[in-house]
Amino acid sequence: MASLFKQVGAVTSMNVRSIPQRAAMSIASIVAVALAISVLLFFLALSHGLSQTVEGSGSNDVAIVLRDGAGAELNSVVTRDQLNIIAQAPGVVHRGQTPMVSGELLVIVDGKKRSTNTNANMPFRGIGPEGLALRHNVHIVQGRMFRPGTNEIVVGAGLLREFSGFEFGRTIRLRGTTWQVVGVFEAPGTVFDSELWADVAVTQSLFNRPNVFQTMRVQMTSPAAVQSLKRFVHDDPRLQLQVLSEREYYAQQASQSTNGFTIIAWFLGVVMAIGALAGALNTMYASVAARSAEIATLRIIGFSGYAAFFGTMVEALMLSALGGVLGLVIAFIAFNGRTTSTLSSGFTQLVFKFELSPGIVISAVVVAIIIGVFGGFLPGIRAARVRPQLELAAQ
Amino acid sequence: MTDLIRLTDVEKTYTRGKEKIAIFERLSMHIPQGDFIAIMGPSGSGKTTLLNLLGGTDRVTRGQIEFDGKRIDKMNEGQLTNWRAQNVGFIFQFYNLMPILTAAQNVELPLLLTNLSQSKRRENVKTALNIVGLSDRARHKPREMSGGQQQRVAIARAIVADPKLLLCDEPTGDLDRTTADEVLGTLQLLNRDLGKTIVMVTHDAAAAKFAKRILHLDKGHFNEQELAA
Ligand SMILES: Nc1ncnc2c1ncn2[C@@H]1O[C@H](COP(=O)(O)OP(=O)(O)OP(=O)(O)O)[C@@H](O)[C@H]1O
Ligand SMILES: [Mg+2]
Repeated sequence: MASLFKQVGAVTSMNVRSIPQRAAMSIASIVAVALAISVLLFFLALSHGLSQTVEGSGSNDVAIVLRDGAGAELNSVVTRDQLNIIAQAPGVVHRGQTPMVSGELLVIVDGKKRSTNTNANMPFRGIGPEGLALRHNVHIVQGRMFRPGTNEIVVGAGLLREFSGFEFGRTIRLRGTTWQVVGVFEAPGTVFDSELWADVAVTQSLFNRPNVFQTMRVQMTSPAAVQSLKRFVHDDPRLQLQVLSEREYYAQQASQSTNGFTIIAWFLGVVMAIGALAGALNTMYASVAARSAEIATLRIIGFSGYAAFFGTMVEALMLSALGGVLGLVIAFIAFNGRTTSTLSSGFTQLVFKFELSPGIVISAVVVAIIIGVFGGFLPGIRAARVRPQLELAAQ
Repeated sequence: MTDLIRLTDVEKTYTRGKEKIAIFERLSMHIPQGDFIAIMGPSGSGKTTLLNLLGGTDRVTRGQIEFDGKRIDKMNEGQLTNWRAQNVGFIFQFYNLMPILTAAQNVELPLLLTNLSQSKRRENVKTALNIVGLSDRARHKPREMSGGQQQRVAIARAIVADPKLLLCDEPTGDLDRTTADEVLGTLQLLNRDLGKTIVMVTHDAAAAKFAKRILHLDKGHFNEQELAA
């Protein structure tokens, strides 16, 4: 055994020290591994960063109410009767006599994207009088809030940047009615930043949706009160509704995107890892071929086939480990902590950071090790099978 | 003299596709302890094949090979590998040194297969390099040495683990006359003073004269030519 370790050590050190003689191929296979690893890290960091951002935004003590099973806001219906019942539920915060609830209606209007000058769907949200107060990070940055009962609109700063036609002070026509843009608000890092807001009662009547809401936002006294509201709604047969905290709701909305990124990460990562593996196999077969006379000589002298095998394995693992480290360095320098934004199908614009986590780094290391193990295994077997014969050693 | 090696009715055939090529059909020979044999013969007559069989790097198709009373034809791969490490030193036409290692490191390789401590290994390497007259080249890489020096490093490597048998395939095939004679002189010295049994394949009649006897291999059989001791 002790001898086997010495043998493996000697063979490995010879292999590794002779890598410079196979520099071009070795570097190519290191780079291939590095690319696969950095692509994997790119999308995993994207997915992780997005879910971190989403989990961090949204309050625990604001409840969102949707129709049970609606999933998305656009498929949901909440009636005025249901809204009134919930407004009376225990744990709802009151401002004076008024419960802090906002029944909301989301409709779609046309806009023009600045960059491409093409039509796009704009989310137009009718909110109740408490709607602004129910959103903790939203501030009016220009003009003022719309007055209840009027055809006034406020517009999100993010929407204004990307789309034209809703500039501050403009009068616009939507569904045969004239509207006035009276203010601009900012809601950084949330979907609201790319919305238009107006009074919900006006929206209901002008868009022909009387007494219909899609969602309801409720300020609860505490996160625990959100949980009791869930039970309250569950126990009342008139309320076929679903209650989520704002944070849960965002997480649910974002999970589609984050899952998408995770799938892309692993799909591209695995495809590129297979490419890198092919490269590693090629490099290692070439290495074994280049060393076959040396291997035969060592075998004749009395070195075991295991030493030839492990020497090749260790060389492959070293190359892929170097590739993995390079991939990590690229990830940390090129994109970790950078900010990006996603604008998915015109609805959700979120600004968030690429964020690596220990788990992601470990995944990358494991992928690199797998490439090394598989890239070294078959060539290692070929090395172990080099026959200890004089004429082979004589090449 | 006791026999170190005894071949009895050795048959060696290679199969190439469906074709069978018989190199030896019934080859028998005895090699006494302390012998120095030169084997000559036309190309393709099976000289290298014979060395592979003697050195346990190839297997007989039929027949027996005894070494020091042990049947090496019965050993499995692992046993044979260990047996080679302990009993046989190989010397090649093209030296087969590891280019990345120094002379001393090359010579040390067979000792990595033993249980010797590092200091003991170093001592043995020194002794072996001394015997071949290359103590001053211990730290040189193969490419920094002449062909003759490289072959002497290879000889040091072959003897460092103190094997009984040295097998040499064209050890001077790549060297000029003077250098070849030096290397052959070293082999002669190992045979005479250290009692190593040597089997050397050569095409060179002048080289063969350094041996105690010359065997001509032709069509799978030997014709012996005695030389003055
Ligand atoms: N692994 C093998 N498979 C098939 N045939 C082989 C194999 N090894 C050797 N031979 C054949 O066996 C014969 C003897 O080969 P060997 O190498 O022993 O000859 P040699 O006497 O050493 O020749 P040379 O003087 O050219 O070195 C040759 O015909 C060779 O082609
Ligand atoms: Mg030959």
